[in-house]
Amino acid sequence: MPGLSGRMSTVVKAKISKLLDRAEDPSETLEYSYQKQIELLQNVKKGIADVVTSKKRLQLQEEKLQQQVVKLDTQARQALSAGNEELARTALERKNVAQTELQSLDGQIAQLEQQQEQMTASEQKLRTKIEQFRSKKEVIKAQYSAAEAQVRISEAATGVGEEMADVGLAMQRALDKTENMKARADAVGELEASGAFEDLTALGSGEDDIDRQLKQLSSTSEVDNELAKMKAELGGGSTPAGQLGAGGAPAEGAEGAKGSEGAKEATP
Amino acid sequence: MIIRISSEGQYELDESDVPALNELDNAAVAAVEAGDEEAFRTTFGQLLELIRTEGTLVGDDHLGGSDAILPPPDSSLAEAKAGFNGEGLIPG
Repeated sequence: MPGLSGRMSTVVKAKISKLLDRAEDPSETLEYSYQKQIELLQNVKKGIADVVTSKKRLQLQEEKLQQQVVKLDTQARQALSAGNEELARTALERKNVAQTELQSLDGQIAQLEQQQEQMTASEQKLRTKIEQFRSKKEVIKAQYSAAEAQVRISEAATGVGEEMADVGLAMQRALDKTENMKARADAVGELEASGAFEDLTALGSGEDDIDRQLKQLSSTSEVDNELAKMKAELGGGSTPAGQLGAGGAPAEGAEGAKGSEGAKEATP
Repeated sequence: MIIRISSEGQYELDESDVPALNELDNAAVAAVEAGDEEAFRTTFGQLLELIRTEGTLVGDDHLGGSDAILPPPDSSLAEAKAGFNGEGLIPG
């Protein structure tokens, strides 16, 4: 077949013959091939462990972010009921970034899950093939003359060699994908380390670099909406400014003295 | 004949399916050479579909080579073009 299958077959066959050419004596070929199969099986196991480790790391990151989302939401409410809208906005912006990050983590974890399943299935299959090869190898060694053995060895080795090439290719692709995700997880880790999702209580009044970056990252309209919703919840109405004014609680004019004035409850 | 879809498994197909398979296989290569992602997706997808519907999966305990081997179903055009000469993880 000259098409895609032809190209692919050529690549795989070249690999198998490279594998078989290592030894001259048929029984040596068998042992060498078997040894390589066992090595590959070990590699697959290592690969699965690698994927599982990456997955666990992302899950841990996910948990932390979930906690931050809850915390930042609480802080936004606290800031708002204390009349500090700026701080509430910053908290919501951070929450927004954390939530976006959470969504993408979800997708990545699902992908890793799928890779783990695929690799486990490959491992199972390879194990079955190796078992078949092992028993065939013993039969060949015991029953056939050198010339006959050569033919049968080549049959068996081609079958298992093809499976090995296939598992090898699937592994390489899965690990490449995992590598990409690791890089991304590192980036999120760095963002976290920079304090992007940190506690706001220790935050000063000035706007720092992180704040500016966060503002660019997070969707302003989403934050605005959430802020309005939160205000409505806390103030008990849809036009918080007017209601707060009527209720005698901190109004727009009190902005200069947010701190102590705003701390009083805005009960309508 | 036995055809392997990489990362999926081996399928046994009837000789009578060969002309249709060859046609799609060559069309997929033409799409790769033209750099036409959409045509590649379509033809390669049809080729895989034909193998899956017409063929029967070969059991895991079968120990034999394939007459033809296809790239993995999620291959990109770039991967198909490169011809999959990656070293993989085969030791040695």
